[in-house]
Amino acid sequence: MTTLKQEGGAPSRKGAPRPSGTSSSREIRKQAAATPWLFLAPYLVLFIAFVLVPIIFGAWISLHTWDYTRPLKPFVGLGNYAELFRPGTGPFNNFWGAMQATGIFTLFSVPLLLVIPLAVAILMAKKFPGRNFFRAVYFAPYVLGVAVIGVMWRYLLDNNIGLVNYYMGLLGLPSDIAWTTSTPAAWVALVGVTVWWTLGFNAVIYLAGLQDIPAELYEAARMDGATPWQQFINVTLPGLRPVLSFVTLVTLIASVNMFGQSYLMTQGGPGRETRTAIYQIADTGLRNFQMGSAAAMSYVLTLFLMALSLVVFWLFRERKDVR
Amino acid sequence: MSSTVETRTPRTDEQSVKQARKLQPRTLAKIVLLTLVALVFISPVIFMIVTSFKTRPDATSIPPSWIPNPFSLEAYRTLLAPGSNTPVLRWFFNSMVAAILHSALVVVTASLAAYPLARMNFRGKKIVFAVIVATLLVPPVILVIPNYLLVSDLGWLNSLVAIIVPTAASAFGVFFMRQFFISLPEDLEEAARIDGANRVQMFTRIILPLAKPAMATLALLAFLGNWNDFLWPVYVLFTPEVQTLPPGLSTLQSANAVRYDLLMAGAVIASVPVLALFVFLQRFIIEGVSRSGVKG
Repeated sequence: MTTLKQEGGAPSRKGAPRPSGTSSSREIRKQAAATPWLFLAPYLVLFIAFVLVPIIFGAWISLHTWDYTRPLKPFVGLGNYAELFRPGTGPFNNFWGAMQATGIFTLFSVPLLLVIPLAVAILMAKKFPGRNFFRAVYFAPYVLGVAVIGVMWRYLLDNNIGLVNYYMGLLGLPSDIAWTTSTPAAWVALVGVTVWWTLGFNAVIYLAGLQDIPAELYEAARMDGATPWQQFINVTLPGLRPVLSFVTLVTLIASVNMFGQSYLMTQGGPGRETRTAIYQIADTGLRNFQMGSAAAMSYVLTLFLMALSLVVFWLFRERKDVR
Repeated sequence: MSSTVETRTPRTDEQSVKQARKLQPRTLAKIVLLTLVALVFISPVIFMIVTSFKTRPDATSIPPSWIPNPFSLEAYRTLLAPGSNTPVLRWFFNSMVAAILHSALVVVTASLAAYPLARMNFRGKKIVFAVIVATLLVPPVILVIPNYLLVSDLGWLNSLVAIIVPTAASAFGVFFMRQFFISLPEDLEEAARIDGANRVQMFTRIILPLAKPAMATLALLAFLGNWNDFLWPVYVLFTPEVQTLPPGLSTLQSANAVRYDLLMAGAVIASVPVLALFVFLQRFIIEGVSRSGVKG
């Protein structure tokens, strides 16, 4: 009370001289020049050391034949990249084989993970008895983590004694499908398990988005005689646009980064068919210690992902006068 | 207050009241459908738990049974026996230590960093925030190789520090806390300032107490993320004594390919803490996730 003129606790005010007569909001946003940086310091130390520096260091590694176990790390320029684009070489075949696996997985999992959770969220948008219970049940697998769900589904999908084949047999369907050791069954398994695992995550985000759409928009649409489908197209989808773009982006990134499911359920098999790009990068860099090549692969994958992200941003951009 | 609520959502309110009194056939059909789907979500987890209490032959018998016969703790006893080369108890302990320390580190650093980004004016603020947010779009895979080398140089390979510290530079955490701080009214700090509080006092006495729910949510999400992380621990922790549960389960799987009783017991042990957290704190977890989406 007595120190009415004291500024935000700063011992010296030299750092942040501001003309007086500003609003109170301005006033409380003032402080010594060092204060914000002191708040930021612990985080920035971690961020610079383990995010910013590695992004650049990784690019540097990718320009070398960098074997962790050997003392010499000769500079090879873009050699590692050139190798990835030279058909017939081992790295070319391994990398693009893995990229293809990631592509197949992404192509099937992303649409399913966009549509099914939306349907679930719409079913649950209106209040009804037990809604929170169902929401929790659908979300629950997501908290389990890939190691648990991978080991668990490996068991359920066992081709001899697994629950899935057993119940398929009871339903008169083929009961000897090699879910984890043959394609395309392995893809069905990997995509299906991933949908089971992360459906609730997307549904919860959709549900929050649906609740933000003002009810009077539906009211107005009904007054105009819109059918439920027309309401969905003209009210729900536009209202969900930011949420849809977020969910698409998050799902896309997660799918492109798929690793644990295939590591635990199929071990990348049969052959190398379900070995994804991340799997290949980790194996090349951290098992075989060819870190230059692995770093180059991770940059190529990142470029792909960024291009896809841009497409998503473009698809969901704010459009004026659509109709 | 009540009038705004009424004008905003008159129909849904009426409807939900009506539906709560007597179930309309459509709602009933919906609940039946949702229950069937819920079974698909619950039954695999239940079967995992059931199998963990089976004997070795019972776990692979055909037809599979939903009741262990006999009920057996053999799998747990084998896993928890001292001197095992798959020390599940040790993994559990390691996972717990790592997840708690990681979560604390994330909450402290992210809250501190988010405050000036939400509330102070200073040169460089926009750039700092833009760079942090931009890294949300950088796939973590790009960090794996260089961070492995950094961690190796720091002498952290094959130690829990490797999975506690590097992943704690959470751009999401900063973003999440900043959104929360922005939502608080500035009058609070203004009042504190008039009372002579300095920046640090404003933060510790006014802002932090109000931020507890948001910090709890972030702590939970960070805990879950660390508890469940797979790729990084698989490659930086090699010896059984320092592994956590996710790489441990992978080790267990390659050591006992068809010992499903053991594998399910291990998976249950890895699931218990997160399922317990989820059951008791699901509101925080689900709201944290949905908030990240709406504001994202």
